[in-house]
Amino acid sequence: MTLMDKVVEATEEASPARRVRGGGWLLTVGLVVALLVLVPVAAGLGAYPIPTGDVLGSVLHKVGLGGAELERVPESVLWNVRFPRIVLALLVGASLGCAGALMQGMFSNPLAEPSVIGVSAGAAVGAVGAISLGLNFLGTVTIPAVAFVTGLATVLLVYSMSRAGGRTEVVTLILTGIAVNAFAGALIGLFLFFADTAAVNQITFWQLGSLAQATWSKVLAVLPFAVVGLVVAPLYSRRLDLLSLGERPARHLGVDVERLRVVLILVIALLTAAAVGVSGIIGFVGLVIPHLLRMAAGPGHRFLVPGSALAGAVVLLAADLVARTIAAPAELPLGVLTALLGSPFFFWLLRRTRRRQGGWA
Amino acid sequence: MKLLRSRPTPPPPSEPGDVLAEASGLHVRLGGREVLQGVDVFARAGEVLALVGPNGAGKSTLLGALAADLPAAAGVVRIHGRAADEWPAAELALRRAVLPQAASLAFPFGVDEVVRMGRAPWAGTEGEDEDDVAVAEAMGAAEVAGFAGRPFSALSGGERARVALARVLAQRAPLLLLDEPTAALDLRHQELVLRVCRERARAGDAVVVVLHDLGLAAAYAHRVAILSGGRVVADGAPEAVFEERLLSDVYRQPIEVFPHPRTGAVLISPVRDS
Repeated sequence: MTLMDKVVEATEEASPARRVRGGGWLLTVGLVVALLVLVPVAAGLGAYPIPTGDVLGSVLHKVGLGGAELERVPESVLWNVRFPRIVLALLVGASLGCAGALMQGMFSNPLAEPSVIGVSAGAAVGAVGAISLGLNFLGTVTIPAVAFVTGLATVLLVYSMSRAGGRTEVVTLILTGIAVNAFAGALIGLFLFFADTAAVNQITFWQLGSLAQATWSKVLAVLPFAVVGLVVAPLYSRRLDLLSLGERPARHLGVDVERLRVVLILVIALLTAAAVGVSGIIGFVGLVIPHLLRMAAGPGHRFLVPGSALAGAVVLLAADLVARTIAAPAELPLGVLTALLGSPFFFWLLRRTRRRQGGWA
Repeated sequence: MKLLRSRPTPPPPSEPGDVLAEASGLHVRLGGREVLQGVDVFARAGEVLALVGPNGAGKSTLLGALAADLPAAAGVVRIHGRAADEWPAAELALRRAVLPQAASLAFPFGVDEVVRMGRAPWAGTEGEDEDDVAVAEAMGAAEVAGFAGRPFSALSGGERARVALARVLAQRAPLLLLDEPTAALDLRHQELVLRVCRERARAGDAVVVVLHDLGLAAAYAHRVAILSGGRVVADGAPEAVFEERLLSDVYRQPIEVFPHPRTGAVLISPVRDS
């Protein structure tokens, strides 16, 4: 199948005949509205407050639709500090949400998530290695690129280790995640041990998960990874639906399961690398978001995959806004905040899954 | 836009008697054990073929091989005249539909959505226009229209089995492979499923169905293949192959075969001396 075929298929999937459940449209509209409100608010709030009117004025001026340029300081704060951070939060959030939805679909398992099963940690090994060894062979793209390679290796490892007979048992998946997280932690520790003081500081800060050092060059570095992942992912929604019947029934319905698997692993690694490469490990977004959307609008991946990207972007932007304003002038690491909120959810999910299955086989 | 895509081509209509699936000299190995040891069997359009035999005889394995799920260790499986492993998945999906023994679903899709998944192979072909009709018809035939809006996960075992059957019927493939479709069903729905098989055969499909209930096989199959120890030990019309000595031997249990007092149809019962 050529790319053209896929694009055609994707547009047809969006046609009204293949309807998304009613809840999907409402949610999409709600999320888009939330995004439109949040962006100017987040741009205005902070140590140097800028009125929302001024923010809009400056944006209008930049795109040449009237408005007015601000004074030198607020204009610089807005365009060199706030906006790159907002764009980065949106990219990272969309990547994490989307990767979570894809992963749960690929494993046919609602507990799969990049940070839970160790893929984020695997990507982090690459990123930390690149920082501590001072690698720079691809310029600013080096860190996300190395994170992509190690993330890809980790997805492959987890996938091959946790599957048996075409199925992924919850216990096996979680235990594999523990093992992979432990090993990745050890490797990161090793890199820290050999790194110089400056690199150690950078790594420690980065490990907590934060967007504080956002710049336009970082945005550009992860943009290709995030964009490719986010564009390709929805093309496989329908096949993910069929995969929930099981691998064999999916094949009976014409899905080339082997190829689907390869593509999904690549896309998940791209998205995880995009997120981890700039912001460290921000956990649980990819777990919580697809779950909430599934409850609200049903499990169909045609809404779930793009919807999780959109909701992930909104949630991470909001979380980052909270993280940098709640304890001002100090800043709460974003990864700490999401873990604080996400872990209890994970706990609840474990209990619920266990109850449903009547134990862990 | 449709011209741009390399979509699978639907199969040409088949004539009654056309062989749609066939195994010759088929050996299949699973986990080091030779489960099928030289099986010859064929499924014809317009005919219901029942596979029967004791546990572990290789019925499901044979069905899996005919579905192109399992590779042949020796011998060959042909589907619509072409070797099973030469078909791309998308083409095969328009030619054969498979009902697995147990239906599972990872996420809580609605019943109507599950049945509609059976239409996936037709996306982008002319058959796509029939989607709604095919789904409604399949749901009617399997008697699942009553709970179309409920989530699959909230159904009982028997209801799930019928939803899975409806999905397979909606696929409208000319070769139907059903693995124990009656296992979880009550008496009424067992009869219903086998009647559906007969109807599909009358409409020109080839139906292969794994059954444990020999009475059902005798009543509804045009032809029965008895498997034992990985081989076909009898293949023919039910009246011809359901013979006391053979069945008692194959099942290692005394079995009697006698005519129904009113209709004369073949009845099969284990011998119970009390």
